[in-house]
Amino acid sequence: MRIPCPLCGERDLREFTPWGDAALMHRPGFDAGPEAAHAYLHLRENPAGPHRELSYHELGCAAWLVVTRNTLTHEVMGAALAGEGAEGGA
Amino acid sequence: MRYSGLSILRNALSGQKHWAPAWREPAPKPQYDVIIIGGGGHGLATAWYLARNHGITNVAVLERSYLGAGNSGRNTTIVRSNYHIAGNEPFYAHSLKLWEGLEQDLNYNVMMSQRGVLNLCHSDGQFDFYARRGNAMRLHGEDAVLIDREAVRGFAPYLNFRDERFPIRGGLLQPRGGTARHDAVVWGYARAADSRGVDLIQNCEVTGFRIENGRVRGVETTRGYIGAGKVGMAVAGRTSEVARMAGLRLPIESQVLQAFVTEGLKPLLPSVITYGMGHFYISQSDKGGLVFGGDIDFYNSYAARGNLPMVEHVMEAGMAMMPMIGRARVLRSWGGIADMTMDGSPIIDRTPVEGLFLDGGWCYGGFKATPASGWAFAHLLATGESHETARAFRLDRFATGHVLDEEGTGAQPNRH
Amino acid sequence: MSRLASGGLVDRSRRLSFTFDGRRLSGHPGDTLASALLANGVRLVGRSFKYHRPRGIFSAGSEEPNALMEIGVGARRTPNTRATRVMLTEGLVARSQNAWPSPAFDLMAVNDLAAPLLGAGFYYKTFMWPKSFWERVYEPLIRRAAGLGRLAGQDDPDVYDQAFAHADLLVIGAGPAGLMAALEAGEAGARVILADEDFTLGGRLNAETAPLAGAAPHAWAAHTVARLSAMPNVTLMPRTTVFGAYDGGMYGAVQEVAGHLAAPPEGCPRETHWRIRAQAAVLCAGAIERPVAFPGNDRPGVMLASALRSYITRFGVAPGQRVAVFTNNDDGWRTAQAVEAAGLTLAALIDSREGVSPPTLSGRVITGAVVTDTAGRRGLTGLTLRAGSRTEQLAVDCLAVSGGWNPTLHLTAHLGGRPEWDPGLAAFVPSAAHVPGLRVAGAAAGVFTTAGALAGGQAAAAEALAELGRTAPGLPLPEAEDMPPRLTPLWAVPARGRAWVDLQNDVTTKDIATARDEAFGAPEHLKRYTTLGMATDQGKTGNVLALGVLGALTGRGPEEVGTTTFRPPYTPVTLAALAGRHARGAFQPVREAPSNALARARGAPMIEAGLWKRAAYFPQAGDTSWRDACDREVGFVREAVGVSDVSTLGKIEITGPDAAALLDRVYTGTFSTLAPGRVRYGVMLREDGFVFDDGTTACLGPGHYVMTTTTANAGPVLRHLEFCLQVLWPELDAVCASVTEGWAQFAVAGPKGRALLERVVAEDVSDAAFPFMACGSVSVAGVPGRLFRISFSGERAWEIAVPSGHGDALARLLAEEAEALGGGLYGMEALNVLRIEKGHVTGAELHGRTTAFDCGFAKMMSSKKDYIGRAGAARPGLNGPERAQLVGVKPVDPGAKLLAGAKFLNRGAEAVAAEEQGDLTSVCHSPVLGHMIGLGFVVNGRARRGEVIRMVDLLRGADIEVEICAPHFVDPEGERLRG
Repeated sequence: MRIPCPLCGERDLREFTPWGDAALMHRPGFDAGPEAAHAYLHLRENPAGPHRELSYHELGCAAWLVVTRNTLTHEVMGAALAGEGAEGGA
Repeated sequence: MRYSGLSILRNALSGQKHWAPAWREPAPKPQYDVIIIGGGGHGLATAWYLARNHGITNVAVLERSYLGAGNSGRNTTIVRSNYHIAGNEPFYAHSLKLWEGLEQDLNYNVMMSQRGVLNLCHSDGQFDFYARRGNAMRLHGEDAVLIDREAVRGFAPYLNFRDERFPIRGGLLQPRGGTARHDAVVWGYARAADSRGVDLIQNCEVTGFRIENGRVRGVETTRGYIGAGKVGMAVAGRTSEVARMAGLRLPIESQVLQAFVTEGLKPLLPSVITYGMGHFYISQSDKGGLVFGGDIDFYNSYAARGNLPMVEHVMEAGMAMMPMIGRARVLRSWGGIADMTMDGSPIIDRTPVEGLFLDGGWCYGGFKATPASGWAFAHLLATGESHETARAFRLDRFATGHVLDEEGTGAQPNRH
Repeated sequence: MSRLASGGLVDRSRRLSFTFDGRRLSGHPGDTLASALLANGVRLVGRSFKYHRPRGIFSAGSEEPNALMEIGVGARRTPNTRATRVMLTEGLVARSQNAWPSPAFDLMAVNDLAAPLLGAGFYYKTFMWPKSFWERVYEPLIRRAAGLGRLAGQDDPDVYDQAFAHADLLVIGAGPAGLMAALEAGEAGARVILADEDFTLGGRLNAETAPLAGAAPHAWAAHTVARLSAMPNVTLMPRTTVFGAYDGGMYGAVQEVAGHLAAPPEGCPRETHWRIRAQAAVLCAGAIERPVAFPGNDRPGVMLASALRSYITRFGVAPGQRVAVFTNNDDGWRTAQAVEAAGLTLAALIDSREGVSPPTLSGRVITGAVVTDTAGRRGLTGLTLRAGSRTEQLAVDCLAVSGGWNPTLHLTAHLGGRPEWDPGLAAFVPSAAHVPGLRVAGAAAGVFTTAGALAGGQAAAAEALAELGRTAPGLPLPEAEDMPPRLTPLWAVPARGRAWVDLQNDVTTKDIATARDEAFGAPEHLKRYTTLGMATDQGKTGNVLALGVLGALTGRGPEEVGTTTFRPPYTPVTLAALAGRHARGAFQPVREAPSNALARARGAPMIEAGLWKRAAYFPQAGDTSWRDACDREVGFVREAVGVSDVSTLGKIEITGPDAAALLDRVYTGTFSTLAPGRVRYGVMLREDGFVFDDGTTACLGPGHYVMTTTTANAGPVLRHLEFCLQVLWPELDAVCASVTEGWAQFAVAGPKGRALLERVVAEDVSDAAFPFMACGSVSVAGVPGRLFRISFSGERAWEIAVPSGHGDALARLLAEEAEALGGGLYGMEALNVLRIEKGHVTGAELHGRTTAFDCGFAKMMSSKKDYIGRAGAARPGLNGPERAQLVGVKPVDPGAKLLAGAKFLNRGAEAVAAEEQGDLTSVCHSPVLGHMIGLGFVVNGRARRGEVIRMVDLLRGADIEVEICAPHFVDPEGERLRG
C-alpha cells in the first residue's frame, strides 16, 4: 500500500501508523455532555468501501493525515494533512 | 445419522455410499421463531444450543456464502482461557469446559487437542503481570502454571536460548489450552443443529431489516423476506455493516488479521507457544503444518488479505523465538476480518431495536469463544436475559466506563 | 541409464555427482535433480501423504506434487523440496521423505490397505471413543504418520536478506511473452526487472522444438537473454519467484541467491526476500498442464505430457523407453512427436477425441479412446485402454497425460480478482480487473501459441510504456509457431477404480463424490473436507480438474461450480527469507543508554526496557547475590550519593507561544502557571479517562518547555502531542520534537548530591539558588547542560543532562566523583526499590487500566479547564468505591515474602474470584525498613489503611497476612528531598 503524503510524496505503508476513523478529528468539548463524549470516543464509521481514516507519518515527517481509502479493495484515493486540507473542523 | 464404529465399518464395506448428508439444504420458510444471521461457528453454535438447551428449533441460520466462510475457517485454531479481567475469565472458562466435551456433545470429532498453551515473557515486569493473570485464572478455577526460564527450556527446548534479543524470562502455561480443527467445529455444530430441525440456509445474504415501531419483524434477504420473532446477529467481520442496516452505530472498527501455515512437517512442536515481545503465536496441526500468526495489520479493512510489513514482522518474531523453523516454507497466507471493539472485548447483548440481538466484536479471539458464545447468545435469545458468564459483555459498558480492557490500550481498536 | 544419446541443454562434458537415499549418482550441469534422477533410471521417489502410495516424478516444474525431498545435511537439511526445481550441483545430498524405511518398502503403506475406511471426512466421524483416547492414543499416532519432511531441529547457520527494488516494469516469467515484454521495455529505456523461478531463463522455449526465428527456440531465448543482460536498465533475476502481489504495486519475490548451493559462500545470503515496487507489471507465468483422472493414474511413470517433453528436449533424458501418450488436445500430439524424435518407442497416442487427425507417427494412433487402468507395483508396467466397447492392454513404462492447460494466473487473484471460465479454452483465465497495474500476457492469459505469447508480451509492455510516458520501439517479432491447440474437455474417465485428483494428499474422484453427497459440494467445503488442493503444490495440477469432476457430478460446468481463492505465496517461501536479518538477536534494534559501556565495564547485567538495555545493578567482589548490590546501592543513595542513567526516559521539547496552552490541555493539572526555571509533575490521561503517562515538565524559558515521559511511552506521547497540535487544535502555535536521544541524563541522588554537583557544574546549586523543582542551564566541564532539581528516588536529587555525545564522559566523571563521596552508580533494581519506598508508580501500576482516582491523583485533576480525558474519566465505571485503589502493603510477619502478581483476599475468605480484593503490583525488599514492602490496588483501599488482609498466590503457593498502609514508606512528608 502506498500513501501519498502531502509533505513527503508517495510512501510505503510501513512508514505510517494508521489510527482509524477520521471522526476522531471532531472532539467535543467537556461541556458537550456525556452522550457526545461517548459517541466521539467509541462510535465509529466502519464502512466496507470508501473510508476516511487518520494516519500518522510516524517514520516520516510526523504529519497526521486523513487518508481516503477503500476498505474493500485497499485502493488509496488520496491523503491530506489532517488539520488543514482535510477541513479540520467540518 | 449417528457416527459410530458400526456406521464407519458399514461404509468402509460399501464404498462410503451410506453416509447421510451432514445437513439438509432447505428453502427458507416464511417465518421463524428465531433467525440467526451468520453461518459461522458462533451462529451455528447458537442454533445448536437454542435447540439443545432451550428446545427452540424453529430457527434459521442465514449465511451469505458457505457455512464457515468467515473467520471460523480463517483462524489459527487456538483454544485457551488465559484472561485476567473478572468480566472475561468466567466466560472463557465456561468455553473451555464446553470444548472439553464437545466431541461427545456433537457426535463429531472436532480434534480438540489439549496440548498446552505457553505464553513467554521477557522481563520481570511481564513475569509479574503473568503471575497476576495466572492467579486470576486460578481464582476462577482454571489451570495455570507460572514457570521460570529453566522450566521453559525443559518444556520447549527447541526455543531460542542463545543469541536472544529478548531473553526468555519465563512463561505462563495453561496445560488445558490447545487447538481444535476449526472447520470441524463449524461442521459439527451445523450437523448437530440441522439434526434438531434448524434450517441452515446458505447463499442467503441479509440485505435489510424490517423494523416496525422499534421492533424487528424480519429480514430482507437475497432469497426474499423472512419473518422472525427474534433476530440475532453473529456476523464477525461484518458486524458494523449488518448493524448499520438496523440503524445502529457500534463501537467497532474492522481490521485484517493475517495467518500463515507451512508445508507439512514431521512433529516438532507439541504445544501452542506465544512470544512475548512482538506478537507471534504458533502451533503444529495434526497434518504437520506450522500454523501461526501475529498482530492485525493496523488499518481498517474488509478485504480479508494483508500486506508485507506485517508478514515480515510475524516471520521476524518467529525467527527470534525459534529460529529452527527458518527452513520451513510458508505454504499459504490468508486474512480474516477482526471486528475490533473499543476495549478489545466482545459484545453479547440486546440492541436498542427490540427483538434484535448482537453477538459480535470478537476482535481476533473469537474461535476459542465459539461454544460459550453460542451458549450465552442462545440464552439471551431464549430468555431475554444475559447469561451469567456473559453479563459483562454489555453494549452500554463503553458509555458507563465498565470496560474490559485486557491490553490496557484504551479506546483505540487497532491497539488491542 | 536413461540419458538420451544426444540433445538437451545440459553440459555433457562435465559430470556432477550427487546422492539420493545414499546412492551415489551423477548428472550434468543444467540438470535439475529430477532430470538427473530420471537419467539414472530412478522412478520411485517418494510416497503420498495419506495412503503412502508409491510416487514418481510427475512434472518438470514448480507444480510438482510428488517428488518432494530433503536436501542437504545437518543444520542445512531442507525438507519438502521439489526435485523438479532443484538445480543439480556437485555433491548434492537428497533423501526421500515420508516413507519408512524407504520409498521402495514403506511400512506406512498399510494405510493403503485401510483406504476403504479412510475416505473423505473420515477423521471427523471417528476417534471419539473412548473420550480420553484422542489426545493419548489417536492423535499422537496420526501426527506421527502425518507431516512430510523433517526439519533439521537446529538453528539455520545461513543468513537471509530483505531488500527493496524499484522498477518501471516488472516482468514475471521469462518465457516467450516475458522475454519479449522485457526486450520491448528495455529498448525503450525503462527500468525493467525480469524475474523467473527457473535457473535458466526461457521458460517453455527451452523445452520445445518448433522453430523460432528459424532456429531452435532455446537459441532465440539465449540470444534474447544476452541482449537483455547487456542493457544497464534491465535487471535479470533468475531463480527468483515472484510469490505475491500486494497493494500499491508491491510484489514479494524470493531470490535463491545461494539457495541452490550446499552452503552459501562466506557473507552471501542463502535467499533474499525482495519487496519489488513496480509502476507496472506483466505476468508472463505461462500455464500449467492438467492431468486427467483415470484409475491408477498415480503410478510412478505417469507424468504430465509437457513434462515428458521437457525431460526429452531440455534435459536429454528419457523417463521411459516404451511410452504412451494420453491426451484430449492437440498439444499431446507434440509430445508423441517428441517421443519418436528422441528415438523412443511410442506404444500409442491415445486421443480421447473422436474424428481428429493426429500427425503421422510410427507408433499407433488410437482416437476416441481412453485409459481405464494401469498396472505396476512400484512403477508403471502397462495400461488398459478402452476404445468404444473394445479394451486392450499395452505394456508401457511411461504414460504421458495431457488434459489441457491452466493459465498460471495465481497472482491475478491475490488482491481478490476472481478468475473467469473461458469455455472456448476450457480453462480459467484472468478476470478483466484484478491487480491494479498488472497486465497478463502469453499462456497466462490463455494465449497458447508462441507467436501469440511474443505478440502479447510486446503489446503488454507497449501499453505499460505508454502509461509511463515512454515510446515503445515496436521491435519486429520473430517468426514463430502459431497453432493454438484444440481441446475437448475430459475430466475423469468413467471407469471403476480409484482415480487420483490430488496426488499428494490422496484425494480421488470418489472422495469428491462422497463429499458432494455429504453436503460438502461447495468448492471451499470440498477443499476443506477432502484436503484437496491443500498439499504443498496447493492444487496446481489438481484444483481445476477437481472442479471439472465436481461439475460433471452435478451436471454443471466449472464456471457454475466456482473456484477457490488463490492466496500468496505462489510457491512456498522459507520463513527465514521473509524474516531476513531480523532473526534471533537481531530481531529488533538495540537502544543503548549513554552509560552502558561503563556499566558493562563494571560488570552490570543488562535488563530489557522496551528496546533499551539498562543496567540492572553493579556487582562487586564478595556479593553473594544481586540483593547485596541492590541493597548497597539503595544504601548509598539514602546515605551518600548515587548516580543513575535515566536517559531512556522520553524527552520532548515543546516551543511556541501556545506551548503552555497545549500543556494545559494534555495534563490534568495546570501548567500555564509554571514559571521559567521551574519544573512540575503532571499526569496525562487518555481520552477514555485512564492514566496514559506521567512525568515532569520543565519550563526553560518563556514558551520553551521540556517534557519527560516514561521510557515506554516516549513514542506514544509524542504521537499524542502531535495529534493534539495538528488534528485537534491546529490553531495552537506550538511545535514539539523528540530529543530523547539528544540528551544523556543522569540522576544524582542522595544527601551528598550537592557536594558531587559542586565538583561538576560551574553554577551555584545551593537551595537558595536552585531549590526543589527548579531547573536551569549549567556548564558541565565547559559543556552546556541542563540541571533539574527533581527526584524519583525520594532523596534530595537532581537530574543533569548534557548532549548525548558527552554522556559517556559525564557518566564516568559522575561515577568517579560519587565513589569519592562514598557513593556510586546505581541500577534499575535499586531505582525500583527507591521508588517503591517512596510510593512512586511506574508501568506496573500505570498499566492502562488504572485511573487517576485509583492512583490517588484525583486532586491533580483540574476542575477549571477541559483536558484530554476529562469527560472519559467522569464516567461512573471509572470512579467509586468498588474500584481498587493504590495502597502500600507490608507483611504482618516481617520475614514473610511478598510476590508481585499475587491477589488480595480478606481474612477467612475462600480463594475464589468473587472474593478478590485486588492485586499486588510491585514488591521489593526495603533495606531501610528491613522487610519486604509492596504497592498494589485494593478495593476501597484508601479507607482501609491499617486493616490486615491476605496476599494469596495460588501459582506459587503463598498465603500470608499483610497490612494495608499508605503507599509512602520512607519520608512520607518529603523532608529529605527538600532538605
